[in-house]
Amino acid sequence: MTAASTTATAATATGAARDRLAERFAKLKAENRGGLVIYTMAGDPDARTALEIMKGLPAAGADVIELGMPFSDPMADGPAIQAAALRALKAGMTLQGTLDTLAAFREGDDETPVVLMGYYNPIYAYGPQRFAEAARAAGCDGLIIVDLPPEEAPELNEHLDRVGIHLIFLTTPTTNEKRLPAVLKEAGGFLYYVSITGITGAASAVEDEVAQAVAGIRAHTDLPIAVGFGIRTPEQAAAFARIGDAAVVGSAVVAQITDSLSAEGAAGPDTVARPLALVRDLAAGVRTARQ
Amino acid sequence: MSHVLNTYRAGADERGHFGLFGGRYVAETLMPLILELEEAYEAAKADPAFHAELRGLLTNYVGRPSPLYFASRMTEACGGAKIYFKREDLNHTGAHKINNCMGQILLARRMGKTRIIAETGAGQHGVATATVCALFGMKCVIYMGETDIARQAPNVFRMKLLGAEVKPVVSGSRTLKDAMNEALRDWVTNVRDTFYIIGTVAGPHPYPSLVRDFQTVIGEEAREQIQKAEGRLPDSLVACVGGGSNAMGLFHPFLDDKEVRIIGVEAAGHGLETGQHAASLTGGRPGVLHGNRTYLLQDADGQITEAHSISAGLDYPGIGPEHSWLKDVGRVEYVSITDTEAVEAFQQTTRLEGIIPALESSHAVAQAMKMARTLPKDHVMVVCMSGRGDKDVNTIAQAMGQDMGASL
Repeated sequence: MTAASTTATAATATGAARDRLAERFAKLKAENRGGLVIYTMAGDPDARTALEIMKGLPAAGADVIELGMPFSDPMADGPAIQAAALRALKAGMTLQGTLDTLAAFREGDDETPVVLMGYYNPIYAYGPQRFAEAARAAGCDGLIIVDLPPEEAPELNEHLDRVGIHLIFLTTPTTNEKRLPAVLKEAGGFLYYVSITGITGAASAVEDEVAQAVAGIRAHTDLPIAVGFGIRTPEQAAAFARIGDAAVVGSAVVAQITDSLSAEGAAGPDTVARPLALVRDLAAGVRTARQ
Repeated sequence: MSHVLNTYRAGADERGHFGLFGGRYVAETLMPLILELEEAYEAAKADPAFHAELRGLLTNYVGRPSPLYFASRMTEACGGAKIYFKREDLNHTGAHKINNCMGQILLARRMGKTRIIAETGAGQHGVATATVCALFGMKCVIYMGETDIARQAPNVFRMKLLGAEVKPVVSGSRTLKDAMNEALRDWVTNVRDTFYIIGTVAGPHPYPSLVRDFQTVIGEEAREQIQKAEGRLPDSLVACVGGGSNAMGLFHPFLDDKEVRIIGVEAAGHGLETGQHAASLTGGRPGVLHGNRTYLLQDADGQITEAHSISAGLDYPGIGPEHSWLKDVGRVEYVSITDTEAVEAFQQTTRLEGIIPALESSHAVAQAMKMARTLPKDHVMVVCMSGRGDKDVNTIAQAMGQDMGASL
């Protein structure tokens, strides 16, 4: 955290390669509260509606936004996010469209950190270097690539480093002490602790086990730690934000969008309001979690 | 990579790469498991007891060695090259898949795993996996796309009889790639007790090397058998390629024999020009899916597109990474055969040789017949008859526009 705060100050002072993630985690620390990271899929159920939802997230209480990049074969995702990705692709979303969504969001918000999350193939097809430059220009702060472990990451990370985008890694209950240094070597921004072994949206984890695991990771790094997978309620969000530096909620938000759609999968009257209402509840929960 | 390779058989480097291809592109949850598997496999490879047990099972249970059969009537009908079939269709369970399953279940047992998962397309790998699970008393879950379940009903029932749970996959195109996605989701959830038996030379390292090693028994036997029959190495090898395990098994022991021409046959489906095919090497470009970098069928945005082949076992938008490498270095030629050509070859093999070949293997036979016609009579060709076609008779009846009950 000390390192992160220092970086933030330096970056702000020079105005170059601004580090919104470091700034945000420093602010959370100053406010002595846990953060709320909200995942939403670009282009779900269509580009315009998804942008409206994204624009509403900061005011609803999201401290960091994870913007999903839809992929045809989301191997690590559960049914809710799989369906969201397919809806987005069907409505015409592409990786370029995702970057355009982010750029449109940035026109009205230059503060909220945005992390793009998805799978490697669309980025590989776009070209890693070209993607890094385009993502930075669009206002991207970090990247989570589910199927790019540290062993394969350098081919992308060299380009991200050059433009100042953090490559954020997941650590899981199976990431042992022997392996953690390999992950930390490539990691930036924050660490995403996946509290269960499984896919997104599965059952939630036992608090004590997560607390123990997070304490173990803290012994090795000063990076902020966000805890996610399986978090649905304000109470859970509060509990996990107390253990880590932030709680991540994805599938539960996406499920609110899913439930609001017409039978054909088109946006309904509540498609923007419902996920934002859940985010407000989650944010209220997290804000009770004084550290 | 140097321009002149001393060997094409060095396998993957220590990080699992075949040149640009291969690697370990998986979620972090799976990384420790894959590293553990690699360690266990290296230990097993160095353990004579492991090899002895595997050899015993291959001989006494699978029925190896499989014959190398001279297809005289087909040779005569083509009027050119001598065609030999490597009869993997005569293995227990009717295909080459069992060679790999036997090796992997022994590994699973060594690692103390108690639950086996697998994906299947045509159902041959599912049946082979269910079989070894019955043999070793392990719990078995098979993921299979709903589309494939419909076209491979006999194999689905066989798996159930063997005690496996067959889970229909309804996501995506409901075929092999989606079954693999679901199997990976299961594995990421049940990491501690579960072993994933991948059925082909694809997936994250060490699977492509490990599956190849268990399948090279095909090529090693064929090499010995053809030398006995002809007193020399063959002039050409032909095998079908979906993921590419039977092909890799046949090809690998011959890769350094420069005089042997090697041909892999992809599924051209309705024709390459229609876009409805499964020829990832001919019609795709490099990308990352299912744990490895390899040639993939994909759109401009990097979204994986649906493959098409009449053969469920070839209906996959990717291919094993070692094949991608062998294509790029130019050691193996890859060609493609359409649904129609495969069905024609299926019928010819049945009528001329009394062998009902799998639709997958029919692609190799179609290519072999095409080539044999133009080659001299002293050209010796070995074709991998990777599986038997009993499972495909419904599909063939449909393709012929016939009711199975009607007389031919």
